[in-house]
Amino acid sequence: MRIALFATCIVDAMYPGTARATVSILERLGHEVIFPAGQACCGQMHVNSGYFKEALPVVANHVKAFEADEYDVAVAPSGSCVASVKHQHPMIARRCGDTGLEARAAAVGHKTYELSQLLVDVLGVTDAAAQLGSYFPHRITYHPSCHGMRLLRLGDRQLGLLRSVGGIELAELPEAEQCCGFGGTFSMKNADVSSAMLADKTANICGTGADLCAGGDASCLLHIGGGLSRQGSGVTTMHFAEILASTLENPATVTGDVHLTTGRTAR
Amino acid sequence: MSGTFLGMPSLPVFGIGNLHEHEPFPKAAHRELGNTQLRANLGHATRTIRNKRLAVVSELPDWEELREAGRAIKESVMARLPELLEQFEANFTARGGTIHWARDAGEANRIVAALIRDQGADEVVKVKSMATQEIGLNEYLEEQGIAAFETDLAELIVQLDHDKPSHILVPAIHKNRSQVRDIFLREIEGVDPDLTDEPARLAAAARAHLRRKFLSAKVAVSGANFALADSGTLAVVESEGNGRMCLTLPETLITVMGVEKLLPAWEDLEVFMQLLPRSSTGERMNPYTSLWTGVTPDDGPQNVHLVLLDNGRSAALADEMGRSALHCIRCSACMNVCPVYERTGGHAYGSTYPGPIGAILSPLLTGITAEENNSLPYASSLCGACYDACPVKINIPDILVHLRGEDVDSKRGKGGKRGRERLPSQMDLGMKAASWALSSGKNLGLVEKGLPLGRLAAGPDRKITKLPGIAAGWTQSRDIPAPPAQSFRQWWDKEHQAQAAPTAPTGTEAAGTGDAGTGSAGTEENP
Repeated sequence: MRIALFATCIVDAMYPGTARATVSILERLGHEVIFPAGQACCGQMHVNSGYFKEALPVVANHVKAFEADEYDVAVAPSGSCVASVKHQHPMIARRCGDTGLEARAAAVGHKTYELSQLLVDVLGVTDAAAQLGSYFPHRITYHPSCHGMRLLRLGDRQLGLLRSVGGIELAELPEAEQCCGFGGTFSMKNADVSSAMLADKTANICGTGADLCAGGDASCLLHIGGGLSRQGSGVTTMHFAEILASTLENPATVTGDVHLTTGRTAR
Repeated sequence: MSGTFLGMPSLPVFGIGNLHEHEPFPKAAHRELGNTQLRANLGHATRTIRNKRLAVVSELPDWEELREAGRAIKESVMARLPELLEQFEANFTARGGTIHWARDAGEANRIVAALIRDQGADEVVKVKSMATQEIGLNEYLEEQGIAAFETDLAELIVQLDHDKPSHILVPAIHKNRSQVRDIFLREIEGVDPDLTDEPARLAAAARAHLRRKFLSAKVAVSGANFALADSGTLAVVESEGNGRMCLTLPETLITVMGVEKLLPAWEDLEVFMQLLPRSSTGERMNPYTSLWTGVTPDDGPQNVHLVLLDNGRSAALADEMGRSALHCIRCSACMNVCPVYERTGGHAYGSTYPGPIGAILSPLLTGITAEENNSLPYASSLCGACYDACPVKINIPDILVHLRGEDVDSKRGKGGKRGRERLPSQMDLGMKAASWALSSGKNLGLVEKGLPLGRLAAGPDRKITKLPGIAAGWTQSRDIPAPPAQSFRQWWDKEHQAQAAPTAPTGTEAAGTGDAGTGSAGTEENP
């Protein structure tokens, strides 16, 4: 299969390892990955902040970029950005009176998958250890991001993939379905409420005794990780793609103040 | 009535009354977040109701079909509201009731006060009602020398404490039982001075106080949960039975109801009587459902009035993207699942309608430019829990985003002093710059050339801990990790140029080691 990678702007600029892990996983499964060069961002920040006029060129660029190459499906390591491509792009085009763009955006959205959707529903990955060689001998917990959970109905796809990684120990996160408080510009406009939500999320994460919280959206992980760092918790965050890409020979690592314990030893 | 004819009122007629923020939401939220008693009570109460709701909803195999039916019925009502209202009026009037039409809160208040005066009464008992809170009826009646007594237990507590409700279903959710005891000791005449904070004793004290009012009142004022167009019937759904007393004992009954409460036919109740109790109190069925159709001779109130209230509903109905907010049946499920509401409580929203539904309904009724209501659509992380919980499937997150767009557009090129153009805000400028950067791969690639500067700013501990301007909100509780040495795009370009050359390093297998420091960690150079 020829798969077009939509890296998303935050992964491209801040977490390139997540996109490289995505490429690695798909290539291991024998697929060809292309990176449409014109791509930039889904425009969700503009849309969710009410700047529809400013969102339009961002949306138009995404549609154009993902029409430029031949491919079977597009994939992004983000529930939130995929939900934006699928649901918001046609809406923005319609509101701005561009019905041609609306139809083209819907066509691109139709071909776009979130990574766990693609792996489970299309590529038939059920056992990451066996099919991808995934190995990550650490105690982790997992936060399901809101847009993946509620807009894409990902269910336990990401968690199921993580469970099947070799050596992994998964601690259940209490109140997992509660929002971490990110919400894009909400985290700045309503910083106090956002921080109060984050404090409860990080307390629940630290309570699991895991060294690391996995998730499927770099933006939420930036938020949660930023809080864990500020609190000096010694706990960090990592995208599930990087855990799936991790092998015995090339293990995923973290640096900084965080040290991952190995094996079934809770901190 | 004024003798001067001023022509047709300008359209749309927006709502007035208790529908406004008096300060921006973030400021109100900041204050409420500091109230630890409030947060503890709210956290406990919303979690309890949330779990009860989940339990009774998950036992119904056709819950999703019921939600869809509820949505469809409400949508059909909104599509033919004028016709259904006229049908209702004809049936209600034929059975001996009297209809009054009120364009806004002021008209509704004046109609109710005049009806009470006609009976020579100077006090009324009240059934818990959102519509009368919306129009500020109690305050207006007090100005007119008429005392209104709330009879719902929680409303009574709030009223006795001269406070405002903080939740539409459990208005005293922000008070605990020892606070309630103190209020009763202070405010109820002749109450037992040894009153304890035992719930049963508190309820008994309230009952004794209310019984005196029920037996003496000549006039009752209520709201309504539903109105059935095909029969002219009104319905009130409640738990305590105080409503039943108000609806049956006094001679005169005055109901105030928003025009959107209408249902086409009797059988539609079947859907809503399953949706409402499960969504609001987490019960399979509520204890008291009262239905009345006009006047029944020699039984119950003999003067039955209904004030049909617009107060901005027509304006909301005219908003194609926002009109489904009028489907709301005031169950409060969205509040109980909202992480923002759970932490700030209802007072932070200013309006009678708090929580996610309030954040859309209030600005839809008043117009987005009214007072501080333009801050309400931003009072959400767009997590979507409210949409999932809503029994009539109001897509609250989409309407929040729609209203944010209305707010941004309403400020474009105006609002400055002395007719000058408003200066763009930091947010405006940032969004404009980001629109440029994010609307082409080339532009974003150019911006990414600056990533090493971010690494420099992060310094030796490899994190950014303080940002200026609006971004300071972020760094008040979160760090930002040092950016990577190169973006994915830069790596990809090098890799694919390199792969073309014979000495290419091995491919992407080492992906995991790239910049795995998603948290506090920055990472090393790419291999």
